[in-house]
Amino acid sequence: MVSILPLKLSAASAHMHGKRLLGPVSLTLGQNGLTVVIGPNGAGKTTLLRLMHGLQRCSGGALSWAVPAAEARQRQAFVFQAPIMMRRRVIDSLAYPLRLRGIGKGEARAMARASAARFGLADLLESRAPLLSGGEKQKLSLARALIIAPEVLFLDEPCANLDGRATREIETLLLCERARGTRIVMSTHDMGQARRLAQEVIFMHKGVVHESGAAEPFFAAPDTPEAAAFINGDIVE
Amino acid sequence: MSGYSEGFWGAWRLIFTFDPELYEIIFLSLQVTVSAVIIASVIGLPLGAWLAVNRFWLRRYVIAVLNALMGLPPVVVGLFVYMALSRAGPLGGFGLLFSPAAMIIAQVIIITPLIASLSHQSIRDLWAEYHDLLISMNATRAQRIRALLWDGRRALLTATLAGFGRAIGEVGAIMIVGGNIEHVTRALTTAIALETGRGNFAFAMGLGLVLIVLAIIINLAIHIIGKTERASTW
Repeated sequence: MVSILPLKLSAASAHMHGKRLLGPVSLTLGQNGLTVVIGPNGAGKTTLLRLMHGLQRCSGGALSWAVPAAEARQRQAFVFQAPIMMRRRVIDSLAYPLRLRGIGKGEARAMARASAARFGLADLLESRAPLLSGGEKQKLSLARALIIAPEVLFLDEPCANLDGRATREIETLLLCERARGTRIVMSTHDMGQARRLAQEVIFMHKGVVHESGAAEPFFAAPDTPEAAAFINGDIVE
Repeated sequence: MSGYSEGFWGAWRLIFTFDPELYEIIFLSLQVTVSAVIIASVIGLPLGAWLAVNRFWLRRYVIAVLNALMGLPPVVVGLFVYMALSRAGPLGGFGLLFSPAAMIIAQVIIITPLIASLSHQSIRDLWAEYHDLLISMNATRAQRIRALLWDGRRALLTATLAGFGRAIGEVGAIMIVGGNIEHVTRALTTAIALETGRGNFAFAMGLGLVLIVLAIIINLAIHIIGKTERASTW
């Protein structure tokens, strides 16, 4: 199967009610690895991820996948910062993306059980999804996104509201998924997490990309004073 | 006071002796109202969900009109349905006037806006919650509506019950289009009006008691079956 990547953004921008939210942004997302988008609040991290995934309309410039956009949309998934829980049991929530793709109820439920076991949710299959704890909800979100075996997974600050233990669980699952070949693009404001996970970094500030490239040189010697300040924990104006 | 107590005890006697006339009226009322609620739900629930999910020109005005129609005067509906179904009317050929079918049509017109409007409000809130997720999952428009109707079913049950409540207690429209004909179109409400006018308070009170108890039992049954309160945290 032909990969949907690379994803190319050429001077892409996003506006809402006449206000610029993002851009112009030009970058290319290659086929492998884990990219972490970092930057202070309001830098445009979420908007960039939403734009790439198609949740935010591209109001200027261009965004193109290696395959037609409709096909690319079928092979990617998104995990939101605040988990959106459907008012269903865990097993039905997990099976839902498969049911949308026309997979029969029995087969979808069997796949949901297997996925739940992998993500440590096996004991919660009959629980109501909205009543799970924060960490369980985020694990369910991740499992639900990955059940369709997406080629690209976008995550918007997936550990923002989680404690250390739940964060470690999510990170372990992400690293495992990266090892299986899923292309991961996630945003975070947690520098420790960015250092632990990132192979590539995109540093954003005021709606534009200030720096992007391999993680190691970026953290060792950032090119821009804003990035240096952000890495050092200083307030970036 | 003696009139009241006489009427009250007479009412219970009619109920517990299974008075055939009383039960005929009860069954007709239930038949008409349940049919109307089912038809109105089939129209109103998807309409409410569709209005919640779609953005189109004049949408705001369509919703405003729908909300206004919730207060549609039943006698006016009765008048229009009467004119439509009467021999000279556009649907006169079907011969439905003064039949239970005519009563169902009138009730459907009265309660569909109510069910559609209440379901629109519930689904709109759920859609705001689900929007990004369903778009992200590439759900088609029909799949989105199905998911919203299913996951919002408890709130929709309440909308349906509101429709049932309005229909079972309605008198003006069904009186006009049904004609309150004995053994044919005599429903609980029209019979109460008639028996009160005749001074037959025991029978009228019996019907009134049945109407109230019926409304309570059906509401309770649906709440219990639907686990509405138990699942309120959803």
